[in-house]
Amino acid sequence: MVQFAWLIPLFPLLGFIVIGLLNKRLPVNLSGGIAAAMVFLSFVVSSMIFNQVAQEGSIPERVVLFDWITVGNLSIPFSFLIDRLSVIMLMVITGVGFLIHLYSIGYMHHDQDHARYFSYLNLFVFFMLLLVLGSNYIVMFVGWEGVGLCSYLLIGFWFKNIEYSNAAKKAFIMNRIGDLGLLLGVFLIYTTFGSVSFREVFDAAEHFSNNDTTITAICLLLFVGAMGKSAQIPLYTWLPDAMAGPTPVSALIHAATMVTAGIYMVVRSNVLYAISADASEVMAVVGLATAFFAATIGLKQNDIKKVLAYSTVSQLGYMFVALGVGAYETALFHVITHAFFKALLFLGAGSVIHAMSGEQDLRKMGGLKKALPITHLTFLIGTLAIAGLPPFAGFFSKDEILASVWSHSPIMFWVLAGTSVLTAVYMFRLYWLTFYGEFRGTEHQKSHLHESPATITIPLVVLAILSTVGGFIGMPEIFHQPHLLKEFLAPIIYRAADHEVSHTFEYALMGVSFVLLIIIMYGTYTNYVTKKNLPIANDENLTGLSKVLNKKYYVDEIYNAVITKPIDAISAFVYKYIEKGFIDKLVNSTGVSLNGLSGVMRLVQTGNIGAYIFSMVIGIILIIFFKLIL
Amino acid sequence: MLTLLLLFVPLLASIICFALDSRNVKVFALGSTLINFGITVYAFTLFKNDIPDQFLVNYWWIENLGISFKAGIDGISILLIALTNTLLPLIILSSYRIDYKNSKTFYSLILFMQFALIGVFTALDGFLFYVFWELALIPIYFICLLWGGADRIKITLKFFIYTLSGSLIMLVGLIYLYLQTPGAHSFDIDALYNLSLSAEAQGLVFWAFFLAFAIKIPIFPFHTWQPDTYTDAPTQGTMLLSGIMLKMGLFGLIRWMLPIVPLGIAEWGNTAMILCIIGIIYASCMALVQNDFKRLIAYSSIAHVGLIAAGIFALNIQGLQGAMVQMLSHGVNVIGMFFIVDIIQRRMKTRNLSELGGLAHNSPMFSILFMIVMLGSIALPLSNGFVGEFLLLNGIYQYSAWMALFAGLTVILGAVYMLRSYQKIMLGEQHARSVEFTGLHTTEKIILISVASIIIITGVYPKPILTVAGPALEEILSHVKDIY
Repeated sequence: MVQFAWLIPLFPLLGFIVIGLLNKRLPVNLSGGIAAAMVFLSFVVSSMIFNQVAQEGSIPERVVLFDWITVGNLSIPFSFLIDRLSVIMLMVITGVGFLIHLYSIGYMHHDQDHARYFSYLNLFVFFMLLLVLGSNYIVMFVGWEGVGLCSYLLIGFWFKNIEYSNAAKKAFIMNRIGDLGLLLGVFLIYTTFGSVSFREVFDAAEHFSNNDTTITAICLLLFVGAMGKSAQIPLYTWLPDAMAGPTPVSALIHAATMVTAGIYMVVRSNVLYAISADASEVMAVVGLATAFFAATIGLKQNDIKKVLAYSTVSQLGYMFVALGVGAYETALFHVITHAFFKALLFLGAGSVIHAMSGEQDLRKMGGLKKALPITHLTFLIGTLAIAGLPPFAGFFSKDEILASVWSHSPIMFWVLAGTSVLTAVYMFRLYWLTFYGEFRGTEHQKSHLHESPATITIPLVVLAILSTVGGFIGMPEIFHQPHLLKEFLAPIIYRAADHEVSHTFEYALMGVSFVLLIIIMYGTYTNYVTKKNLPIANDENLTGLSKVLNKKYYVDEIYNAVITKPIDAISAFVYKYIEKGFIDKLVNSTGVSLNGLSGVMRLVQTGNIGAYIFSMVIGIILIIFFKLIL
Repeated sequence: MLTLLLLFVPLLASIICFALDSRNVKVFALGSTLINFGITVYAFTLFKNDIPDQFLVNYWWIENLGISFKAGIDGISILLIALTNTLLPLIILSSYRIDYKNSKTFYSLILFMQFALIGVFTALDGFLFYVFWELALIPIYFICLLWGGADRIKITLKFFIYTLSGSLIMLVGLIYLYLQTPGAHSFDIDALYNLSLSAEAQGLVFWAFFLAFAIKIPIFPFHTWQPDTYTDAPTQGTMLLSGIMLKMGLFGLIRWMLPIVPLGIAEWGNTAMILCIIGIIYASCMALVQNDFKRLIAYSSIAHVGLIAAGIFALNIQGLQGAMVQMLSHGVNVIGMFFIVDIIQRRMKTRNLSELGGLAHNSPMFSILFMIVMLGSIALPLSNGFVGEFLLLNGIYQYSAWMALFAGLTVILGAVYMLRSYQKIMLGEQHARSVEFTGLHTTEKIILISVASIIIITGVYPKPILTVAGPALEEILSHVKDIY
């Protein structure tokens, strides 16, 4: 079965081509249907391969499609690596991807550009699959940049709106900054190991000593790429803006799959990161800072999708903390559970926005519980899962991250635990404001409130179930159940870090988080529902810290003032005064002075010089001229 | 014989043009370039990768001066001939909807240009190379002068004198080399390759050649003729200049400089590399602030070719292969881009980004094809641009990590100015004038679809290019490596 792995990306690629070519000739159900069916077929093949890999042990298999780039001793085959890491990612991408395609059929029903939408979405799945299937850094990079392109296309899907296309452009460019780091990392890998293939690089890397400088440099450069794709400080500001895209896109690309590519890459390269404790520490600190700051921003956002976007940034930060402390399986565990509950939350938000006729402002919602029963219930499950209430999926993975951080550094633990509290606060703020209290929208919106059709609610229900039981693949020791995920991933982790914590600690962690959650739920309920302390209608009237948080610490403004504007201003200056005013003038004045000189020559030569001789003179003068500079 | 056929079919066609009716001349010109394209395909079927100088013709030309008509094809030249003969039909097709005055002269000059370009790429005699090099300047000079924009006289004169003075310095260098050849002097390329000059002499010849090539390519700071000329030339002239003619300079670096003055490169290569890399960043920044889309593409072209030249000076196989692939990719992408400029300009009567917007509403097909060409030019993986850019940067990285970092800024800056332009032209609300933007005509579709297909096909499967160029480039490199 493994040798048919090429089918997995082929289906969505075919979908992209067929839908793209037929375009508007396709009715909406057909374009969406083809797209969803293609992803479903990939899902079926992925499941079969998953089973095979799970049964037959851990022998990773390489499937070579064709020889792509071969130059000197650099050989880059277009080939796939089927191992335990890639099959897990395949399942998440095609599984969640299929549900979101299904959802999109309902969501994009009224959009006349649905064919373009579905072709892009299939193209995205194609590139995402390449990203996780590639057996070397370059094929991974193909997927890496490809998903960036699709993200660009889909954020700016409604291209009439210039704000949206600005957001798309910003996403692409910020990712490109990261990609340059990644590329340089790959070049360093090639110069160090003479290969870019995962297997050869990792086999050779095992012989390097701890904290080898070259390995640290490689890890840091690769991490720059991860910062861009997985929205970490300082390259995170594109992700909240990316919410301009259709909501299912936010769920699929900007929550469940693409943004976790950075985590996938680090897990894939875990042998390198295990060597470099320094790079790992940097990763943990950046992740921690991102987790914390993004969570604080999430507290004061009023756009339902923006809250979720900052939450995603923050959760990705969690994953990097886990990677930084060497808990690679745990990070991947959180990737999986996060894919379930964050996709659920985004799709739920989409259902709400759909019902509210496009309204995204929390201040105009309220009391939607009755009108949207299924959306409400599934959204509640998502909220509980991300907040970390046992036994929902998020609890297990987050708990595991906290436990492994505790053994690494108690200070980090406390910051991260504090972030968990913030997470629960902004999520319940969002939940209460949306579904409880009185309806605050217009009469027109009120009359249109409706539960979404089945194509939308079925994915919600499936994801809600996954968000409930998904955590059982990684139970902590105290439950005397096997940690399925850890066992499954064991063959691809080169140096398993020991993160044993005492049982007392486990119980305490569980107990405290449970109690804290209840308190937060109660507190936010009182504040937003009973006391009706709604967010201020006009953001400009905010003061102090609230304003700073609402304005996202003014990071966009700072980047604009420190980077974007100076580059433009300097370029304009150079164009005017150096390009036009100096270099070109120098060239022209050489010409002019030669003209004068030839005037003199003409007198000598009685005024009849052919172009050839004239040019000879220029040539000689230029030789003298350049000899002088040298 | 095939070499002679490739050379003289365009020359003959160029003469026949004058005997034709001005109505038929377009069809004839297109037909003749297609014939030459066919001959190129045939040459590929006969071509063997690892044999140098195939289809060799060698006649004495001026025997007592040691000048011969020696021309042949190896892995480097066959690819550049393929580029020339693939682009020429597209360039002629791009003029199908335009009625130029004196069209006989116009097409005759284009075909003469093709003759000279193929001559440059096949010449294996220094003097012959020089003759073709100068011959190529004449038709493009007249194309720009007679059919260019408002400022054409001044701009063309500057372009002509600037490049001519560069090549005259090269001639001095060539004559110097010739005089160093043993016995009865010779311009034969093998004789020049076998020279062993002192490091100092090589340094001087390096600069004599480098200036000529640097002006032609152009490399910062010898580039100021380029934006004006590209902007002012008629579209077909710009395509010839940017798509093929500037490759003469890059080709010159590989064939006529690296193997002849390796010591000169050892001494001055780093300086040249720094100039190239300054040029990449500099030209990208200049592209950022352009409002005229054609001028913006002109500056982006300086950045792209700067990267190619830097890859050549990295003196390793990755850099050279990258340069080879990117010469082809840049040629295809840049004529696609200039054709897009032309399509917009003829419909909207403007190329100013500030006066455009929302064109994606009118023609979805145009917006997709424009997108593909743009992605090729910003080197997205699976487009032709990526293969070249990746190999170039990798080659430069092996030369120096810092150089690669700075050269790599093109990855970011290229995306910035291209996405900005795309946004300003295609996206957003429709501009009042954009309503008139009509869908693509058949010839326009043929050209853009061909360009887009080449972008994707060579991006997905670049192997044929790499295998054809490989042995010839290794051969070039072996001359340089002897020194180290």
